[in-house]
Amino acid sequence: MDKKEFPGAVQNWPGGGMVVTSLTDVVNWSRANSLWPLVFGTSCCAIEMMSAASAKYDWSRFGFEVARATPRQADLIICAGTIVYKMAPVLKRLYDQMADPKYVIAMGACTISGGPFFYNSYSVVRGVDHIVPVDVYIPGCPPRPEALLHALIELQLKIKNRKSGDTKQVVSNI
Amino acid sequence: MIDKEEIEDLTQAHEEDFILNVGPQHPSTHGVLRLKIKLQGETVTHIEPHLGYIHRSIEKMCEASSYRNFIYLTSRMDYLSAHMNNQACAMVVEKGLQLEIPKRAKVIRILMSELTRLASHQLWWACTGLDLGATTPFFVGFRDREVILDIFDETCGSRLTMDYNVPGGIMFDIHPNFQKNVHAFLKGFKKNLPEYHQLLTGNVIFQNRTKGVGYLSPEDTISFGCSGPTARGSGVSCDIRKWQPYDGYEDVQFNEVLETAGDCYARYLVRMREMEESVKIIEQLIDNIPEGDFQAKTKAVLKLPKGEFYSRVETARGELGVYLVSDGTSKPYRMKFRSPNFSNLSALREIAVGGKIGDLVANMAMLDLVIPDIDR
Repeated sequence: MDKKEFPGAVQNWPGGGMVVTSLTDVVNWSRANSLWPLVFGTSCCAIEMMSAASAKYDWSRFGFEVARATPRQADLIICAGTIVYKMAPVLKRLYDQMADPKYVIAMGACTISGGPFFYNSYSVVRGVDHIVPVDVYIPGCPPRPEALLHALIELQLKIKNRKSGDTKQVVSNI
Repeated sequence: MIDKEEIEDLTQAHEEDFILNVGPQHPSTHGVLRLKIKLQGETVTHIEPHLGYIHRSIEKMCEASSYRNFIYLTSRMDYLSAHMNNQACAMVVEKGLQLEIPKRAKVIRILMSELTRLASHQLWWACTGLDLGATTPFFVGFRDREVILDIFDETCGSRLTMDYNVPGGIMFDIHPNFQKNVHAFLKGFKKNLPEYHQLLTGNVIFQNRTKGVGYLSPEDTISFGCSGPTARGSGVSCDIRKWQPYDGYEDVQFNEVLETAGDCYARYLVRMREMEESVKIIEQLIDNIPEGDFQAKTKAVLKLPKGEFYSRVETARGELGVYLVSDGTSKPYRMKFRSPNFSNLSALREIAVGGKIGDLVANMAMLDLVIPDIDR
C-alpha cells in the first residue's frame, strides 16, 4: 500500500462504509503528516531552512509549515548550524522540554561531525549526536532545500513504519 | 547618552525591576544572540548582550590554513554577504603579493557583490516583515531572492556560501547564461520593487512601529564604530565603496544613500534605496564585462612577505576589515576580522534603552544582525 494514503481498507456497506485499520497505523500516519518543527537555527543552514519554507520549495506541502518558537509545541528539532560547547546545554534543554514523541534532524556537515572546516576547532561539538539522538542526517555545507525536503520525507517514512511499543533512547546528561 | 550610574550590574536589580532573558533560542534575534534585559514596567532600562553561542574560532582556524584555503572559512562568517567576505580576504592576500588582478575578474567580483547585497537586503526585508507581524513579505522577499540564488548556483555551484574568489581573481569564468539571467532578474525585480513599498513602506502599522523608534545620534554612531546602513540611517557617510574604492568601484556611477532621521524607519529606507543603487551598478556593468583572463597567474603555494596587511570592503551590513600578520611562511601568523555586526550590536543599548520592550524586536530587525559574524 502507498504510504502516503490513509493506512486502512474501506469496506462498503449498504448506506455507508466501514474503515478497517490498526490503531498503531493511524497514530503513526497522523503523527507523520503533522510534524511541527522548532525554529532552531544557529548559522548558515538556517537560511536554507528558511528557503525550504518559502514559496519555491514550500515544505507545507508535506505538513511542516507550523514552525514553532517554543519547544513545548514542537515535535521536531531541525538542528540547522554548528553547535558549540556554549550552546550544547541549551540544545539539550530544548530537547528535554519537548513532549514525546520527538524527532531530531541533523542538518549540515557541522551537526554531523563538526563540519568540513570547524572539525579541529576548540569550541565546536563534533556532531550533534553527542548531545541528542538523531533520526535523519543531511550532508552538505549548507545542504540544499531539496535535501532538507528529502530528509523530512525520510523522517515521515520512518515514523510511518514505527511499530507500537518502540521507544527512543535518550542520551543522558552531557 | 546613558549615565555611568545606570550601567550597573544586573544582580543589583531593585525589587520593582523585572529581568527578562531573550534567547539564545529566539526567532527575532536571527540566530543565537542572548540578551539580558532589565525592565521597569514596559520600559527597557538596561540591556546586556551575551555572545559566544556560535563562537567557532574562525580567526584561529584561519591561522592553521594556507592562504588559498582560509578564504572559504570566511563565507561561513557573515553568510548573507559571503561573496564580500571572500573578496575582502582575497584582496588582503593580493595586497601582500602585490598582485594586480585582471579587469574581467574585477567586474565579475563587483557584479557578484551587488547581487549578494540585493539577496541579503531582500532576506532582511522578508524577515523584518515577519518580525513585525506580517507574513506576506516573507514570501515576496524570498520569491525574488531565489532568482538570484539560481544565478549563483549556475555560476558558482553553490547557493549561499559561494566561495567564488581566489587570490588573483575568481575561480572560474561565468556561466554562458549569466548575463541573460541577470537581465531577466533585473527586469522582474524592478517590476516587483513597488510591491515592496506597497506592503511595508507605506503601511500605517509599520510606520507607527518604526518612525521615531530607536533613535541613534550621529555622535554615538561614530563612537560605537557603527557602519553600513545602521550608520547611514543616522546621516554618517561611511560607504567604503565611495571612501576607499576597491576592485573598480571608482569607475561605476552610484550614490551613497544617506538618511538623517536616525530612527528605525530611516535605517529601513537606507536599505530599500540601497537596493535601487545596487540595481544601477549591475545595469552599468552587466553588458560591459571586459574580455580577457579571469584569474592572474599565481604560484601553487602562496607565501606572503613579512608584514601586516589590511583590506576592507563594504558588506551588506557595513565595513568588514581583514587584518593579516604574515611571518613569511605559507600560513597567516594572525588573522583579525573587524566585523560590522559586532560594532552595530554595541549600539543596541543606546538604541533600545528608554524604549518599550515591544519596540526591541523592531530595533533588532533594523540592525540586521548576523550572529556568526559577531561571534566568529
